Amino acid sequence: MTNEGSSGAAPVSRLADEFNKLPGIGPKTAQRLTYFLIRMPEEDARSLAEAIIAVKERIILCTTCYNITEINPCDICTNVNRDQTRICVVEEALDVQALERTRSFKGLYHVLHGVISPMNGVGPDDLRIHPLLERLKGDSQVEEIILATNPNLEGEATSMYVHKLISPLGIRITRPARGLPVGGDLEYADELTLSRAIEGRQDF
Amino acid sequence: MSRPRTYKTECIVLKQLSLSEADRILTLYTPDMGKVRAVARGVRRPKSKLSGHLELLNQASVSLSYGRNLDTINEAQSIRSFRGIREDLQRISKAIYMAELVDGFSIENSDNYQLYLLLVDSLGWLERTDNTKLLLRYFELHLLEHSGYRPELVNCVECRAWLEPGDHFFAGGSGGVLCPECRVDSEDSLIPISLNSMKVLRFLQREKGFANIDVLSVPPDQLAVLERLIRVYIRYLVERDLKSAEFMNLISNARS
Repeated sequence: MTNEGSSGAAPVSRLADEFNKLPGIGPKTAQRLTYFLIRMPEEDARSLAEAIIAVKERIILCTTCYNITEINPCDICTNVNRDQTRICVVEEALDVQALERTRSFKGLYHVLHGVISPMNGVGPDDLRIHPLLERLKGDSQVEEIILATNPNLEGEATSMYVHKLISPLGIRITRPARGLPVGGDLEYADELTLSRAIEGRQDF
Repeated sequence: MSRPRTYKTECIVLKQLSLSEADRILTLYTPDMGKVRAVARGVRRPKSKLSGHLELLNQASVSLSYGRNLDTINEAQSIRSFRGIREDLQRISKAIYMAELVDGFSIENSDNYQLYLLLVDSLGWLERTDNTKLLLRYFELHLLEHSGYRPELVNCVECRAWLEPGDHFFAGGSGGVLCPECRVDSEDSLIPISLNSMKVLRFLQREKGFANIDVLSVPPDQLAVLERLIRVYIRYLVERDLKSAEFMNLISNARS
């Protein structure tokens, strides 16, 4: 969609069109952002533009774990204080950040960059599953793989697929526990969550 | 009196699409309104009271409120979550294929109670039967029937003459089997269909439930023929390849 005719000035509609490409931004929001930028001090606008360029130029994928990084291999992969025997497999780089915030996982990661979603045409070959397999074959000190994909149908399907591929290697494969969320309410929990929570109960 | 602002129904979740921060647009299949697209707010947050109930392929009872564009889901309570499907990759891939078929063959806000029943019933069978390939063929044939594309397997689809027992040809464009005479001037691409395959298809088409079919054992090569035949016909109707079929093939071929 183009924002033609709104102001007549070509750079304005060009910028609005660019904003329009971003997720969650429709034509109206794109126009509002554009007019905000026009009124913005020049140094602020320049710093925004530079930040965008910097992200595109400097951020790469770590060739070991496929997390986003500035240096290759990334900080986590090269950190000798981390537990080299455990690899946590996640869907997105954002999940790495979420797990890092917990400070309870000290191992390494592997980012798949997506999830198997047959209805949207995303198959196993569109994800970084084979690099994981190669990584495990070449690294004998790994003792445990934690499949931390999202606990929904597509995440489960992805985990099962990865499990099928790596189980012949004889490495221990685990899934994070599922159950009731902190601050949640028992009456709103669905039967599957509740039954898994009961099955996985622990001594008080 | 103005019309009520909310309504209650039952549904199967066919499709999910992420929207903004934590919302999702769901495609639901309901018994009384057919396909409905609705927004579920906040379902991607772990503490959402909706999320677990509106998982893909769940059967749930829901309460929605009318929206200008899309309706919004207020409450959801799962009825069946088909755990037997969820714990098996083969079954997951087949269930997703079923969902994509229903999505492809239905239009929004046009009810088709029979199709809803077929979907719920077939998902129930998919949880427990080992005859999953035959179940898919049964599902496809009845889905075609309830959508108005029932393939003609008894009389010639062109001249209506009764088909003599023997090997014939299936014409996707005409939606049925041709007799030897009509075959000659047909411009359709034809698929050969043996007498045995035709008998199995007729049986699947005639049966109103899967119970009598489940006990049937069909040799793998014949299953493959039936699969290809129906796949070609469906591709002709929807004019594209079904995306989930590719994944389903990948999973079932790499049997370990």
